[in-house]
Amino acid sequence: MTENNIVLEARGITKQFPGVLANDQVDFDLRNGEIHALLGENGAGKTTLMNILYGLYHQDAGEVFLNGQPIEIHSSRDSIKAGIGMVHQHFMLVPVFSVAENIMLGDEITRLGMILDEKAVAKRVLELSRQYGLDVDPQALVGQLPVGVQQRVEIIKTLYRDASILILDEPTAVLTPQEAEDLFRIMHELTERGVSIIFITHKLKEVLAIADRITVMRAGKVIGTVTPKETSEQKLATMMVGRDVILTVDKGLSQPGEEVLKVDRLKVHDFRGLEVVREVSFEVRAGEVLGIAGVQGNGQTELVEALTGLRPTASGRMLFAGKDLTGKPPRPLTETGMAHVPEDRQRHGLVLNFSVADNMVLNTYYRPPFARFGVMQPEAIDANARNLVKEFDVRTPSPFVAVSKLSGGNQQKVIVARELSHGVKLLLANQPTRGLDVGSIEYIHQEIVAMRDRGVGVLLVSAELDEIMALSDRIAVMYHGQIVTTVDAKKVTREQLGLWMAGARPEE
Amino acid sequence: MDWKRFLFILLVIAVLFGAVVLVGMVKQEPIIIIASMLATTITVATPLTLGALSGLFCERSGVVNIGIEGMMLTAAFFGWLAAIYMSSIFGFPALPSLLVGVFFAIVSGGLMALLHAALSVTFKVDQIIGGTVINILAIGITGFLNRQLFFESGSVFGGTVPHGPGTLPNILIPVGQGVKAICGWFGPSESCLTFANSMDKIFSQGPITYAAILLVILSHFVLFKTTWGLRTRSVGEHPRAADTVGINVAKMRYANVILGGMLAGLGGAYFTLESVPSFEPLMTNGRGFIALAAMIFGNWTPFGAWAASLVFGAAQAMQINMQVFRDVIPPQWAFLQVSYVVGLAPYILTMLILTGIIGKTIPPAADGVPYEK
Repeated sequence: MTENNIVLEARGITKQFPGVLANDQVDFDLRNGEIHALLGENGAGKTTLMNILYGLYHQDAGEVFLNGQPIEIHSSRDSIKAGIGMVHQHFMLVPVFSVAENIMLGDEITRLGMILDEKAVAKRVLELSRQYGLDVDPQALVGQLPVGVQQRVEIIKTLYRDASILILDEPTAVLTPQEAEDLFRIMHELTERGVSIIFITHKLKEVLAIADRITVMRAGKVIGTVTPKETSEQKLATMMVGRDVILTVDKGLSQPGEEVLKVDRLKVHDFRGLEVVREVSFEVRAGEVLGIAGVQGNGQTELVEALTGLRPTASGRMLFAGKDLTGKPPRPLTETGMAHVPEDRQRHGLVLNFSVADNMVLNTYYRPPFARFGVMQPEAIDANARNLVKEFDVRTPSPFVAVSKLSGGNQQKVIVARELSHGVKLLLANQPTRGLDVGSIEYIHQEIVAMRDRGVGVLLVSAELDEIMALSDRIAVMYHGQIVTTVDAKKVTREQLGLWMAGARPEE
Repeated sequence: MDWKRFLFILLVIAVLFGAVVLVGMVKQEPIIIIASMLATTITVATPLTLGALSGLFCERSGVVNIGIEGMMLTAAFFGWLAAIYMSSIFGFPALPSLLVGVFFAIVSGGLMALLHAALSVTFKVDQIIGGTVINILAIGITGFLNRQLFFESGSVFGGTVPHGPGTLPNILIPVGQGVKAICGWFGPSESCLTFANSMDKIFSQGPITYAAILLVILSHFVLFKTTWGLRTRSVGEHPRAADTVGINVAKMRYANVILGGMLAGLGGAYFTLESVPSFEPLMTNGRGFIALAAMIFGNWTPFGAWAASLVFGAAQAMQINMQVFRDVIPPQWAFLQVSYVVGLAPYILTMLILTGIIGKTIPPAADGVPYEK
């Protein structure tokens, strides 16, 4: 049977980038009709390997075999010809083009050799979408489609080019749980029709749920290939990180002290002027974690922005450390002891082109010892950076490197280091581990618990229910701009929280 | 192009025309004034239209081109120079000389664009700087050669400007003829004949002017209906996406920038080979920048750019026609007599349009961003 036929094989692939050995003697093979997961942390070399197979890079050493024959792939054109299609993590779609235009781009159906035949393309797209259960309208503008549908367009794009090998790079990173379920269904549909899939991810649960085989990479090397039956989340995590990882957060009982933050009937409007936070009241005590659970887009973003002085409040009050600081800009809040780990670290947490050292004083640069009489003090800034880099284990070649060159996890550590390095009474963490790998998540979680144990009040906002349940002492559920209920984290189940998040009312 | 924008353009043109008609009514029949305005509008919009199309191809492929002005100026000079060489040194008759001139104008525009493409695509120089280089270089080259060749004793032309081959002849499309024939069926009337003569005025234009209009239609077709256009737009919107499906981003950008330069070259030819039979330093006089504004106002579409060019053309036509009616301008409109005030109209319009007062325009997403693999 063709079941065990190897369709694509990479042998001894080595790729050197300046300063990094991204792939070191990597062997990888893909069997016909299987889903082969490639698992690894950010920077482990998964994407490099796939970019080599897709022709965006060329390997320094090693060979690639297609159906047993050696093949040279120098450009994406070669790989497309070889039947390899790739769905990139950041979609390669032109938002202002229609679905049909995006799909045909580079491989257009034409009349007279140059005039686009959009009807023929639309017909082909509909055929494919029917055949594989990928529902999509060829005339729709891609930019107006939900992310999940855009991904379908990407998949059809590869099928349109007759791809029989599909590389999916972190496909679930941008999807809601429902959309991810849908994607898994489509993946099975595809493999049943003879398509072989390489599935790149760092999410352990998904891998165990869907993959036929799992290859784990770490620091440019293949650590091993296993099947879901013979492994577990814990074992995979250990392979990925190279040491035992604590997937559950180990924390003791909280010792709540006095109230540090009191929010009283707060109302906030969004950019369109709609009321998205409606009379929200809660309090955070020193030494406890209050988790705010909720599906994204229920007012959490605006709530945090209002509390950190980034967005005006419509009405209501905020008392911080006993003072009424409603509507104050960020600086007095920071000086009173508020730390903020923002939702979008690259846009709101860092100045990407600034060095690590400069980013670490973004909230304190204007006062001694970092500035004297308006003049920056480079020695003090460097010394501060060196200390923090060591203390928070930021992996950077030097404190002078632009922060944009760091991995997501290390960027987040830079923010955490900066925010926690001055006297903190309250930590506001919004989606603190989004997009991070297992090792970094573990680190951030430990840091949050450590802050709590040192008597800092923590307000944690997260769409990941697991994270909320693992870290919080009390959980407030937000739905449609209101806090539906606040409960003791130890006395609530995942299912119950899920129901409240979906809009169910607590019975009382 | 959204209908709001079109309506606005029609409105502005109507206002400009209306102003001239109001002033000139005492002296001329409105239909004659309107015909004259229309004819001038179409004529003077030619370099703007071609300049805007030039910018369009560059920017749709992701390269900002503020060097249109310089490309036009260079082309105006070299086109004219080639025509003079042909007629006075090689002794060719006027028309072939002029056509060779047009050819060299197009080539020199293309060469300037090649420089711009090399700077911005290969060397990834800031594209505003690159365009500025083109503009300054054009002023330098044309000014220098103009002086060296024609005004230095002992030069090729011996210190005098030789008698040039003139300008490209107007081509009359016999619309007026047809109107006259129709008039004949109903028994000839005075107003019908006036109308026919007006048509003759509007439909008697130079070949570059006709070419510009045809190129608008052709550009629309190429950009939106062909493989070339789809790929051009894709490298201007999302070059990495184009790269992943095997499109050579650098090649597409080079080709489009050079094509744009050739269009600007044809626009330059208009100045010295169709409009007037001579070259003067700095004679493009900011037309390249107005063309850029027209392209933006037209929301990076050929028809939009053309319509916007017509607005600027109408403003200029107003300035030209107002001068004819200088003596009949009523005292309360006296400020219009100062032709400089009227002359400002196109530039004020440019600024207004660029402030986005008439609604936001959306440039190609990767416009001005060098592509890094």
